[in-house]
Amino acid sequence: MRKFVAFLYDQRVAPYVFVLPFVLTFIIFFIYPVLTTIQMSFQDILPGMVTNVGFKNYERLLGDRIFRIAVKNSFLYTFWTLALLIPFPLAFACMMNSRSMVGRGFFKTALFVPVVTSVVVAGTIFRLMFGEVDGSLMNTVRTFLGLSPIKWLRVRETGFAAMVLMACWRWTGVNMLYFLSGLKGIPPEMYESAEIDGANAWQRFRHISVPLVKPTIIYVLTISIYAGLAMFTESYMLWAGNNSPKNIGLTIVGYLYRQGWEQNRMGYASAVGLVLLVVAMAINLVQLRVMGVLGKERD
Amino acid sequence: MESSQKREYSLAARVVLVIFFSTLSLVVFIPFLAILLASFKPGEELIRYGLNLRLDWDLMSFANYKYLFTGITRTGAYIAHDYLLWFKNSVVLTVTQTALTLLVSAWVGYGFAMYRFKGKNFLFTCVLLVLMIPFEILMLPMYSQASSMGLLDSIWGIMLPYLAHATTIFFFRQFLTSIPKDIVDAGRVDGASEYGIFVRLIVPLMKPAFSAMAILVGMNSWNNFLWPMLVLRSGQKYTLAIGLNTLLTPYGNNYDILIAGSCFSIIPILILFLSAQKYFIDGMTMGSVKG
Repeated sequence: MRKFVAFLYDQRVAPYVFVLPFVLTFIIFFIYPVLTTIQMSFQDILPGMVTNVGFKNYERLLGDRIFRIAVKNSFLYTFWTLALLIPFPLAFACMMNSRSMVGRGFFKTALFVPVVTSVVVAGTIFRLMFGEVDGSLMNTVRTFLGLSPIKWLRVRETGFAAMVLMACWRWTGVNMLYFLSGLKGIPPEMYESAEIDGANAWQRFRHISVPLVKPTIIYVLTISIYAGLAMFTESYMLWAGNNSPKNIGLTIVGYLYRQGWEQNRMGYASAVGLVLLVVAMAINLVQLRVMGVLGKERD
Repeated sequence: MESSQKREYSLAARVVLVIFFSTLSLVVFIPFLAILLASFKPGEELIRYGLNLRLDWDLMSFANYKYLFTGITRTGAYIAHDYLLWFKNSVVLTVTQTALTLLVSAWVGYGFAMYRFKGKNFLFTCVLLVLMIPFEILMLPMYSQASSMGLLDSIWGIMLPYLAHATTIFFFRQFLTSIPKDIVDAGRVDGASEYGIFVRLIVPLMKPAFSAMAILVGMNSWNNFLWPMLVLRSGQKYTLAIGLNTLLTPYGNNYDILIAGSCFSIIPILILFLSAQKYFIDGMTMGSVKG
């Protein structure tokens, strides 16, 4: 026993003791699940009966209309969050970074607050705001504009818009902060000398701010793609469950959940998961290439 | 002449900026205002007229909050509900998970930052790999894993897979590489053990890193939804997020408590945020400034 303790305290053994919790977690909750997913994706799993079916799950996936809807929704949602949650927060950050800005701290806080609400609470609020009764907030706005009330969450376009709007509400402030911290590194003299050279606000934005916050833009781009493709809870809350009318809010993860839990087709759900895994890996590798991080982590 | 023109120009810019950001903040604030107002109105009102900004003093009262905290409804009847229990569960989970995650992840991050050992690069690549894969993909086998380990329906099932938390490890490792290794050597000269050095010399130095990550881990834990929903079975053990979700039914029969409860659940995290804003923002932005 004393020998073992001495062994643990050895300077050559200590690093392994330090990283041990990660190694265990990695094996139990990562490697094992990944391998199981791969295995299950080639199986048909019923209680007490597992049959190997080869590529049948994947073949079915190719012809699955609902899966295609889910993929389309996930990509469309990701596209819209990127299209709205990068340019606007960047522009806001630049405005906030300007010398003429007053009350920076206050507005920073005000725009950041939505993200501290959980998706569950935010989803509840948005679900009710986009309610189909005439008196719901968004229908009041329509009435005010002289339009007739609509069933927001039952129509594809408006339901989707509600989902994207909720993402914008929660994340604009955070992304703005990311860009602000990126902009802080730019010396104000750079803008001043550009101004003296006759560059207007747009040119300064385009040729000084954008190139210099590029690392931040890439970072925000990556986390947004990651979050967009893995989105589930937003849709789940907005439609009070995983089943939206005509699947207008169904995402890839939602489909995995439906197949795996609601319909108990573990094998098929695993195939869905693996497709997403491959997509996530591919995007990450591209991103690491772009950032030049890959192969740099040598010590 | 020119300088006064410039001053005028910057005053105009000032006014435009203030108006712009005030409007933006106001729009952002509307959903909060809507739910705050609704929390004072009866649930049926919400079903009939939806969530809106109408002020109707005759309808508004503290009845929902009274029901939330005492179980006594509008009509004076006592109807038990689990809101306070869920709230307590969430607090216990968040505090425990945050404390343990920080400890375990700092422990691992220190190993990666301060030692050279065989397999280090490989293992660190594994950390990055975990960072890249959304958990949602692995939820099925993780669930059966948790089930076979007897971790279902307990907060250990929620916490255990995330104590050695890849993001946190990565962050602590980055933080610790900036600490001079001389401290460790000095500790060794003084006869401290490898673990003694970590506990007595390094942990005190990590305070700023702990605060930044505590906020981030705590917020994630408080708001976590999908994994706890899979792990927890009995209503007695639900966290706030899961419990509130069960109240969101199409019939709206629980809206009294759902709305007041949602509203009240924002308060602790909001207070925490407002009082530790700097750390919140540090924690969130640290990853973006080139990791």
